[in-house]
This record gives sequence, structure tokens and C-alpha cells, in this order.
Amino acid sequence: MQVEKTQEFRPKIVAFCCNWCSYAGADLAGSSRLSYPADVKIIRVPCSCRVNPMFILRAFQRGADGVILCGCHPGDCHYTTGNYYARRRMTLLFSMLDYLGVENGRTRVEWVSAAEGVKFSATMNEFVAKIHSLGENVRLEDLRCKRD
Amino acid sequence: MQERLVERAKELLADGTVVRVLGWKQGDLGYNPEPAYFNSPEELKDFVYDGFCGANLSKYMIQAGKLEGNTLVFLKPCDTYSFNQLIKEHRVKREKTYIIGVGCKGTLDVEKIKKAGIKGIESISQEGETLKVQTIYGERELPFMDALLERCTVCKGKTHQVYDELIGAQEGEEAGPTGNRFAMVEKLEAMSPKERFAFWQGELSRCIRCNACRNVCPACSCLKCVFDGNQFDSAQKANADTFEEQMFHIIRAFHVAGRCTDCGECSRVCPQGIPLHLLNRKFIKDINTFYGEYQAGEDTDSRAPLTNFTFEDVEPGVVGERGRK
Repeated sequence: MQVEKTQEFRPKIVAFCCNWCSYAGADLAGSSRLSYPADVKIIRVPCSCRVNPMFILRAFQRGADGVILCGCHPGDCHYTTGNYYARRRMTLLFSMLDYLGVENGRTRVEWVSAAEGVKFSATMNEFVAKIHSLGENVRLEDLRCKRD
Repeated sequence: MQERLVERAKELLADGTVVRVLGWKQGDLGYNPEPAYFNSPEELKDFVYDGFCGANLSKYMIQAGKLEGNTLVFLKPCDTYSFNQLIKEHRVKREKTYIIGVGCKGTLDVEKIKKAGIKGIESISQEGETLKVQTIYGERELPFMDALLERCTVCKGKTHQVYDELIGAQEGEEAGPTGNRFAMVEKLEAMSPKERFAFWQGELSRCIRCNACRNVCPACSCLKCVFDGNQFDSAQKANADTFEEQMFHIIRAFHVAGRCTDCGECSRVCPQGIPLHLLNRKFIKDINTFYGEYQAGEDTDSRAPLTNFTFEDVEPGVVGERGRK
């Protein structure tokens, strides 16, 4: 017996937001009544630099279709330099994912300040639309072992 | 050269400069010498140094540094990069180490010899540019260059980065064959994402998670490795579908990004012949492109690319913008 897929595709999107800027930006988007899709699940982190590349891989492996990392603008980090390190790490990680054949549109880094509620909502809308067009992510779930 | 090394090691043991020697010992076959400690001049009779001594002894110095007394270690030119990197990370004790930089003509890959159709190998000797292979079916010959390990076809140079004395090597010696070490990386980059995924899935699916690449890597020197944590499922090897299993190779490569000297040990020891160096080289290539040329282990005081930054670094979005060539 097969269960037919009747529901339309709803992407699962993980957003890592830094506590000091982007999370407050998301708050502002909410209190300004700006809408963004409910497909975005926000995970609050103390700093964008807290995001271990493993977190992003883990999110994908557990079925995320897209992962976005939001932090303070370069120069505005609450811990002075955290986002500069995050920037280098993510550049290398995204490049590696691309090298392994995972479409590079599925990952993104955006700098969103606490005052940028509008940018937050616009970014999320755009990112969800992008993931929607890419469809379901199956590649990174089974990089190894499972060959059909 | 082997005799000169043994002789010098005996001298250093006798005058008390060192109390043990770290080198290579004859293995059970003609082509698998293994790293070993020699504690007395008598034990040095098993010492061997030939083209199959590919093993990088730098990592063993982490343990040796914790033992009583000084250790003599033999390092080939590219092993000294790893040693330097370990000094930078405060993992080895330079003052407890006596380094003899040994000359290197390139290290050999027995798999390549076997692939050339030479079976039943008993012993292998080198004469000039030719390898003479004694097999149970008689003697066979093979050009030396055809049996080089991949890493030696793109030689980093024959200059020792750190040493106390040199044997069989001179300063400013010419490098071995120098191809473009990023050739294969570039070839992969030029493929479509689908082709690349198929390539990597094909390669990585062969992995048996023996952890040899991690254990041999001089950069993988954490006291407690993330892959050994019992909080994760990776402690149970039967658990083949877990996160750590599937993402092992990305995580491993990322953990050594910016610290990998491209010594090629991971690919050399892989029992499944997975070209793991291609992952490391991708990181090296990206670091060179984005943050300027960097060779880990060239010095002991600069900041590694991932523990450094500039205000003008490229944004991660650059990965998508570069597009497909």
C-alpha cells in the first residue's frame, strides 16, 4: 500500500540567528507585523561564530531543505570578531558542499541587524522561494553508503 | 644511505644525546615497513629506510615527547612540514627532539606495482631509475616513476623545514616531479553538481569507517576526537546510518582545514583507495584563492587561515556567484 502525496511541498528551513542582532531582527519583523513563511524554523545561537559546520551538516542530514545563517553585520559583532571567523568558515564549508555536488543555493549567510526587521522578512521570503524552486533535498542525506 | 642512518643513530645513542630512536622497521613483507622505536643499538639491526618508508613519523613525536629523555627522529622533507605544524600547535616538544632530515627520492605505492600486473612480490630493490621486483614467478622490472605515490608526483620540494642535521640531502635540492596538484580538483570543479555527487558517492560509499585516515593524520591530534564521543552514535560502528557515519569525510576534512600540510598520508593508508587528499586539497585551494597562498607547516608563528580574518574577506555568497565553468 502506498500513501499518496497529496500535500504540496513545504520546504523545511533552518535559520541560525545570532542572539544579538538577527534574532532581535526577527523579533522586530514580528512586532512590525511583517510576514515570512512558517517553513523557517529559527534556532537562536549566542553568536554566528557558535555555529559549528557540523550543525549545518546535521540539519541537512536530518531532512532540512535549506539552511541559512544570520549574524550581525561585520564590524558589529557583540563579541567584536565572532562573525569574521564565521564568515571564513562558512565560505569554506559552502564551497566544500558545492564541491561534493550539493546545490549551492541551499545554504546562505545573511547579515541582519536588530533594526532590520524588513530585511529579515524579505530575506526569508526570498530564501524560501528559492528552496521551493529547488525542491526537496535528498543529496546530503545520503552522502555515503546508500546507493540505489 | 640506510647504513649511514643506522651508524649515526648508534653514535647518538652511545653519546647519550638521545635515549631512543624513532624510525622504520622491516615489516613482514618486502614492501610494508612500519614505524618503530629502537631503544638500543642492537635493535637497530631491523632498521630500514627505502622507498616504502612513506610513513610520516611526525605524529609519533606527540607521544614520544611525553616520554623520559630525548628522541631521535628521521623526517623526510615533507614530514618536516607536519612537524612544524605540530610545533605551532604546541603538540610536540622541539627541545626533546633530535631531527635527522633524511633525503627522499620519492615514496612508492605498492598498489601501483600490483596494478602493473606484478604479482607474488617477494622483494623490491632499486637500481637507478628502475625498480627490480623479485616475484615468485621470476624477476620483473618497472620504471621507478611509474610506482610513485600520488603525493610524490606533485612533490612539495626537498627542503627540510626543520632539522638538526641532514643525511643524504643537501640544502636547496631540486624538487621531484612537480605537476599541478590541483589538477584533479579543477577537473571535479568543472563537472556538473550531479556528476560530482555521483563521483563522491561512488568513492565514499567504499569507506568502511576503519578510521585509518584519522589515526594516521598528523593534523588529527586531539586528545579526544569528536568521532570517539559516546554521546554520538559513532561509538557504535554497526550504526551505519548515523550522522557521523555519513558526514565523516566532510567533518574530518574540515577539522584539518588550514592545518593540513597536504602530506597525503590519508590517501596512502586508505585500505579502500579513496582519494581523500582531494577533499583536503579543495580546502587548500579555496584558502589560497580566498585568503592568499598558505602552506601549513612552512613556519611556526603565523596564524592559520581559519583562526585569522581580515575586514575585507569575501562573503560566503561568493561560492554561488562563481558559477559553473
